[in-house]
Amino acid sequence: MHKTTLMFKHEFLVTIRRVGFIIMTLIVPALALLGIGILALTSNVAEPSMPGLTSIGVVDEVGIFDGQTAQGFVRLVPFASKEEATAALARSQIEEYIVIPADHISSGTVQRYTLEKELSTSPVKVAMIKSFLTWNLLEGDVPPEIITLVVSPLNLEATRITETGEPAAEQNSIGNVVIPAVFALLLSLALMLGSMSLINGLGEEKESRLIEVLFSSVSVRQLLIAKVLALGIAGLLQVLVWLISMPLLLNLASSVLGGALGDIQIPSGFLVLGVVYFVLGYLLFAVLSIGIGAISPNAREGSQLSMIYTMASFIPLWFASLLVAFPNSPIWVVLSVLPITSPVQVMLRLGVSDIPVWQILVSIGALVASIIAGLFVSTKLFRMQMLMYGKRPSLAEIARSLKNA
Amino acid sequence: MSVVAVRGLHKSYAGKAAVSDLTFSVESGEILGLIGPNGAGKSTTIKVVLDFMKPDSGEVEVFGHRMNESDKDRIGYLPEEKGLYKNLATIDLILYLATLKGMDKATAEKEANELLRRTGMLESRKKKIKELSKGMAQVVQLIVTIIHSPELIILDEPFSGLDPVNTDLMKQIVGTLRDEGKAIILSTHQMNNVEELCDSVLMIDKGRSVLYGGLRETRERFREHSVQVEVDGEPGELTGVVDRKSSSGAVELILAPDASPQSILDQLRDRGLSIRRFEITTPSLNDIFLRIAGQTHA
Repeated sequence: MHKTTLMFKHEFLVTIRRVGFIIMTLIVPALALLGIGILALTSNVAEPSMPGLTSIGVVDEVGIFDGQTAQGFVRLVPFASKEEATAALARSQIEEYIVIPADHISSGTVQRYTLEKELSTSPVKVAMIKSFLTWNLLEGDVPPEIITLVVSPLNLEATRITETGEPAAEQNSIGNVVIPAVFALLLSLALMLGSMSLINGLGEEKESRLIEVLFSSVSVRQLLIAKVLALGIAGLLQVLVWLISMPLLLNLASSVLGGALGDIQIPSGFLVLGVVYFVLGYLLFAVLSIGIGAISPNAREGSQLSMIYTMASFIPLWFASLLVAFPNSPIWVVLSVLPITSPVQVMLRLGVSDIPVWQILVSIGALVASIIAGLFVSTKLFRMQMLMYGKRPSLAEIARSLKNA
Repeated sequence: MSVVAVRGLHKSYAGKAAVSDLTFSVESGEILGLIGPNGAGKSTTIKVVLDFMKPDSGEVEVFGHRMNESDKDRIGYLPEEKGLYKNLATIDLILYLATLKGMDKATAEKEANELLRRTGMLESRKKKIKELSKGMAQVVQLIVTIIHSPELIILDEPFSGLDPVNTDLMKQIVGTLRDEGKAIILSTHQMNNVEELCDSVLMIDKGRSVLYGGLRETRERFREHSVQVEVDGEPGELTGVVDRKSSSGAVELILAPDASPQSILDQLRDRGLSIRRFEITTPSLNDIFLRIAGQTHA
């Protein structure tokens, strides 16, 4: 135990003194501060201003769209033909024009012509055109307040309630996603950096044969426990710095944005599950890294091999937008149970929807089982392969190591 | 009780024998030279003795029993490739590895300072390992190996890459350790160092023991029945000499089986020749190895 403690202390100090570790720990809050600074600077420099009056031409082939030509900041200018409108556009008298074809009533089609290069028509302009058409179609037949209601966006006030009908403590909000999403991103980064740090350390010890000096003093078990714990605690420290800085930065950002981030909430169970998944995720990646470090002839090859599982941990982040759009897809359940992706996936899902308890239990069970299996395999590989130098063992040699260790 | 006793050791990798039927022992106050060409099986033998890997068959006993974890504190090991934490200060590195060998920090610091002083490195105690010369780093590695006063010391190529001054320093330290009663296994392919330091020798070739025994007895066993002489003038015909070879001023006289070196010396003296050198030819370990290797490979 004494030797394990000594090694843990040494490994921990070596890890947190690494330049890469210090930079990564500080770079996240530093970048966030920089972003807030830029935001504050640009919001101060760019005075909020009303958009200028825009002229849009209208070629009305139906003959009924001649009223309501002032739509907010847009003035609609009638033209008798497309040719006239095009000539006016070429002279910059209008910014663009629309054609309401003769069959508009049956087809609903409106054609838009512009000189600008753009991917699609802006939603603001679509709303404005829709409003112009609706007002002209209904005015006189329908009360104005009804027309206003028709053209206005739906004002939907959603409230999450409990089974007794009381408003739930945790209300649905896009802000709920922010903290879990940021935590998931940081967790992915921490897992990747932790794995690389462990593999680099093992690679250096293997290349310099320092591992032999250590083996002559301590057992493989002591060595592995110390390394895994040191890496885990260092990673925890890193995430702690990020988590502590997160509320401060969010408050700062919120004040810069005039309270726009005020509805951010921490989902229930997030803190407990966050710690559980962080610890289990770290342990899984640590045991995998030990196995990879053992079979790799040097740190460079080890880092390349580790990309297989470190990149896999990013899969939930790649598909995060789909998670928001389709939160109940079965694919998220699979990713929540798969040990490599579950720590990040569960964090993301916590912000978007509720996760059934059975899924959490299966997910944690699968993680724990894979850590135990990974530890078993990695320890055997470590024992047999750490003293093999020069080349990566073949699959047959790895299988033999697992059998003979 | 032998400090190390190996009997019938066999170890193979991927079906290829690295060490076969190896038997040897090391006693307290003895330096065993483990010699052989690269790839002979020296490192595998050391790793099995240190319990880094299990033998396929055979017995390995350290301190009279199969090695266990607590025995590690009684062993000092200097690996072939000299690896240290490059960013640690010399004293911090020594203290860390010493405490891993079970020493308390205060004792370790006292011993470290004493060893650094003896090796002339006390002023470098705060320097990072990467700031030391290769020779100095190797001395640090030796300090790390012996600081806890181990009963068994295993040195794998301790002199490789060292300049003559540091080589001499290391030899002095190794000699002192033997005098203190330590059992030492010295693995090297530099035969001259073995001749200078070792009490016994185990020669391995292709994983097999081709020579094992006391150094003196071994050299005696392989001794040519000849003498090297340097005299003023021509020795002429001598009774008991069956052949002669000349080289750079000296003459090697090959003796008949029943002739003694003393009779040759008497004859030279009786002829009134001035004798500058008279030496019973003793083969070097290198010669012995080449002879054995030649026989083995023939």
